Amino acid sequence: MSLQAYIDGIGVLGPGLADWPSAARVLAGGRRYAPAAAVLPAPAILPAAERRRTGRVVKLAIAVALEATAHAGVEPRRLASVFSSSGGDGHNCHEICLALAAADREISPTRFSNSVQNAASGYWSIAVGAMQASNMLCAYDASFAAALLDALAQIAVDRQPLLLVAYDTEYPPPLHAKRPIPDAFGVALVLSAARSERTIARIDAALGEDAAQRLADGGLEALRTAIPAARSLPLLQALANPEPSRTVIDYLDALRLRVEVLPCA
Amino acid sequence: MTPLLLKAFTATSCIGGGLAQTLVSLRTQRSGLRRCDFETVELATHIGAVAGIDAQALPYEWRRYDCRNNRLAELALRQDGFCDAVRDAAARYGARRVGVFLGTSTAGILQTELAYRQRDPLTGTLPEAFDYRGSHNTFSVVEYVRRRLRLDGPAAAVSAACASSAKAFAAGRRMIEAGLVDAALVGGVDSLCLTTLYGFHSLQLLAAAPCRPFDVARDGLSIGEAAAFALLERVPQSLASDAVLLAGTGESNDAHHMSAPHPQGRGAQLAMRAALSAASLDPGAIDYINLHGTGTPSNDRAESGAVHGVFGSAVPCSSTKGATGHTLGAAGALEAIISALCLQNGLLPGGAQTVQVDPGLAVHYITRNRRARARRVLSNSFGFGGANCSLIFTTAG
Repeated sequence: MSLQAYIDGIGVLGPGLADWPSAARVLAGGRRYAPAAAVLPAPAILPAAERRRTGRVVKLAIAVALEATAHAGVEPRRLASVFSSSGGDGHNCHEICLALAAADREISPTRFSNSVQNAASGYWSIAVGAMQASNMLCAYDASFAAALLDALAQIAVDRQPLLLVAYDTEYPPPLHAKRPIPDAFGVALVLSAARSERTIARIDAALGEDAAQRLADGGLEALRTAIPAARSLPLLQALANPEPSRTVIDYLDALRLRVEVLPCA
Repeated sequence: MTPLLLKAFTATSCIGGGLAQTLVSLRTQRSGLRRCDFETVELATHIGAVAGIDAQALPYEWRRYDCRNNRLAELALRQDGFCDAVRDAAARYGARRVGVFLGTSTAGILQTELAYRQRDPLTGTLPEAFDYRGSHNTFSVVEYVRRRLRLDGPAAAVSAACASSAKAFAAGRRMIEAGLVDAALVGGVDSLCLTTLYGFHSLQLLAAAPCRPFDVARDGLSIGEAAAFALLERVPQSLASDAVLLAGTGESNDAHHMSAPHPQGRGAQLAMRAALSAASLDPGAIDYINLHGTGTPSNDRAESGAVHGVFGSAVPCSSTKGATGHTLGAAGALEAIISALCLQNGLLPGGAQTVQVDPGLAVHYITRNRRARARRVLSNSFGFGGANCSLIFTTAG
């Protein structure tokens, strides 16, 4: 039992990885990985009022979603979407918990609106005018694979093009000690049911139990295990490679996702 | 879409633990809302609190998941033979072929709120016993239920605010239709916490009196808590006449505002039309609509416009939130189970608490119970971030 989709666009942003072209060079071995703090751009496509209200989670999700949709050459508003994150906005959550532990318990309405885990999905939909279904999934460290499975199931059932956006950012102290995500990492994929002139690769995915693929570079392997959304790195490496390949990404407990990648360029 | 069978289902909310109590409350239009006495909260509002959560221990093996949200999940799982039905599915299909997809908005964040009060005065660190993965993380309730029932299949939490658990039905349905699983445990669990009580207070959306959806004098919502589950499977060759099917799912996004609905319910209309299309039904085929109906002036106005736009004014509809409160991430699942009960028992539930229906809302809102054979019911759930989801349930007979 395997599920297929065509990848038409990719966006990446993380520590030392500014975008997909530079990440692809690193992952294909053409350039050495140099870790550096992730730099998140302000989301210029949001109206000023919304832009002021957004934190790092929304900036990250919108940045990779924009890169992937531009890469695919699609109108973002035409795409259904699956967003996925291991947690919500950690800084926003911290501020709310601080306020609730204080005497007056006053929390700001904007903080509360932004506390929903689908905040990035909401801001993205507003920014591009996308009225298609937008899902929001969480599966702790397995959040990327959970979103990829839902995206592939949607492609199989609905046959509509779709945007997958998986992202995680850090918590500030004291929550950081309990969930030590070190920095921000986001990945976005545009998936279709049919091949087009934009298609980068075809993927075939199935559940399995083989060990997850590790990355040879110590820095990239550390990144893969430190940030849940970076569990996608073996798949991104296969997509950066011009040859057909097979990779395995982490999912739940003993479950893994085995992915065959067939470049179409 | 291919309809799916609700092989088993259960719900626990402030109107009852399990189906029998819930049905009695619906039949008598009893509301479970009472003055807020939750934890140390001092707000002039009413809540729908579930009795017996504090006394409901988790099995010792799974104690790391101990928090109000997972105790509520445990309490609900024990009703109506639901655990046995899931074990039976795992035995028939294999534990790998049973998925778990549950909606929640705040999971066990109450534990974090309490832990922040106990930060070390010198270092600011959280108490040693605080377990982020077992309580705070959105996935905690899914991981708990999956381990507790020894299921090994695909799983995810759906967290799209107040549409979460309706969308969990849609996610589970996709997984079955795509062939990844043979059964899906779907539903939702959301429990009282300070974030939502003080958060809705900050938005001035909490009613002081019990909420009155679609009433001319409605002035906000009442927060409740609930856990509701269904086991979805493919429809077998022969079916009992009172079997309930998930016949359609429809999802959309408002693309309008983070915390306010589109004034004409544009996205809500898309979701309802998508559900009708998935079920291959015309609007006239729907016998009753369980509204999102939160009781805030703006939600009810937008939803009434959307319902009128799709169905006109003839279809009987009501919100059951006057009885249960708004159970947020669990609302979609709770109201799905209420819809299933209504189909099985020939009951169109009148909206509790509502006295005088707002004449400006052009829908057929019923305030008194009706005995009527309903064969097709639509249930609406909408949330922050513009998330919309409509589900259609039908009877086999």
